[in-house]
Amino acid sequence: MSITLFGTAGSTCTSLVLTTLFEKQVQDFVLKNVNLAKGEHKKPEYLKLQPFGVIPVLQDGDLTIFESRAIARYVSDKYEGQGTPLLGKTEKERALVNQWLEVESQNYYPVVSSIAYQLVFGPRRGLKPDEKVVEQQLEKFEKILDIYEEHLAKNEYLAGNFFSLADLSHIPYTYLLLHQAKKGEGITSRKHVKAWWDKISSRPSWKQLLDLRAQS
Amino acid sequence: MASLKVYGKTYSTNVTRVLTTLAEKNVDDYQMVPIDLLTGANKTPEYLKLQPFGQIPAFQDGDFTLYESRAIARYISDKYEGQGTALSGNTEREKALVNQWLEVESQNYNPCAGKIVFECVFAQILAGRPTDEAVVKEQLEKLEKILDVYEARLTHHKYLAGDFFSLADLAHIPVTNNLINVAKKGELFSSRKHLNAWWEDISSRPSWQKVLQIIQAGQQQK
Repeated sequence: MSITLFGTAGSTCTSLVLTTLFEKQVQDFVLKNVNLAKGEHKKPEYLKLQPFGVIPVLQDGDLTIFESRAIARYVSDKYEGQGTPLLGKTEKERALVNQWLEVESQNYYPVVSSIAYQLVFGPRRGLKPDEKVVEQQLEKFEKILDIYEEHLAKNEYLAGNFFSLADLSHIPYTYLLLHQAKKGEGITSRKHVKAWWDKISSRPSWKQLLDLRAQS
Repeated sequence: MASLKVYGKTYSTNVTRVLTTLAEKNVDDYQMVPIDLLTGANKTPEYLKLQPFGQIPAFQDGDFTLYESRAIARYISDKYEGQGTALSGNTEREKALVNQWLEVESQNYNPCAGKIVFECVFAQILAGRPTDEAVVKEQLEKLEKILDVYEARLTHHKYLAGDFFSLADLAHIPVTNNLINVAKKGELFSSRKHLNAWWEDISSRPSWQKVLQIIQAGQQQK
């Protein structure tokens, strides 16, 4: 057993890595819970692994790697020969997977995480949501989703007609938006976005993640 | 006619990230197609067909269109694997560390540094308002902490992913140039010995010097 993942099943970023592991049929790893409430992620032992003091971080033998999207890429490469191919098979497919991974990272994620902060993470720390910020971010989100709708009307998945890490990387935060922030109308009101969401969120890998959360 | 096209303008750090990658891979044979945000050229139906988010750059290789500067940089790095500087790491481990620091740039460094540069340099021109000093202060505090982590890393490694220059270092160059030379926040770097040495090293690479010339030439055209 060479892989240890530090994080929590409830965390969106850790969930990205866990779902990638499941998608690649990797079951043989250890999930070490990091107690955020006790500030474990800011203690010296943890900072030696992840100097920015956030979760997750993965150890594989003597290699330590952080940033969930980078870890997900590592897992996809390392287990190339098993499970779902996640990074594309040709030069062009790979490029399109990378493009949509960046779209998630640069366009989708900042907006959704801002809404999540206002409506979910902030309130957990006793902060009141700033309704103006939520409204502004939702407006931005609508414009982004219009582009996704048009794209998914012509493509079954983001990078083409194959599921990839680009689709997977959207799952944890979108799930949070729908089920915890309760701001999913943008997703559910668009025919092709909704069909895409239903498909990707019903994959066995995501179901396994949700089961793990339920047990935690 | 060059089959490679880069759409955008050289005032964009996302565009110059791509140009620096091309230079690092010894790829000269490409065409720059001006798309000026200030004239709304990025909102025309023709451009939106290439880049539906209306952002620059967009990139074409023949009839293959790609956008997002870091994805374009990865594509160039892969396509021209056999020439120029190896940018993506040679082993599985090296690749992982390149990807890790690319994400740090993308998720931590760029948002912070970008906001500071925007407030100090572009707020008036692009948003018609003065610098928001509160935002600058907040982002500088964040960036100081981030750069402390960089300093610690670069104390033990010449470059971010290890002892080899990679796309992870390259990705930082355009925004850092703006931060130090245009927004005049050089103290952030000069006060950190190893970070400063790293910056001196990567910004003196021929690829970046070439892009600086392209930027200057672009500024002279009206």
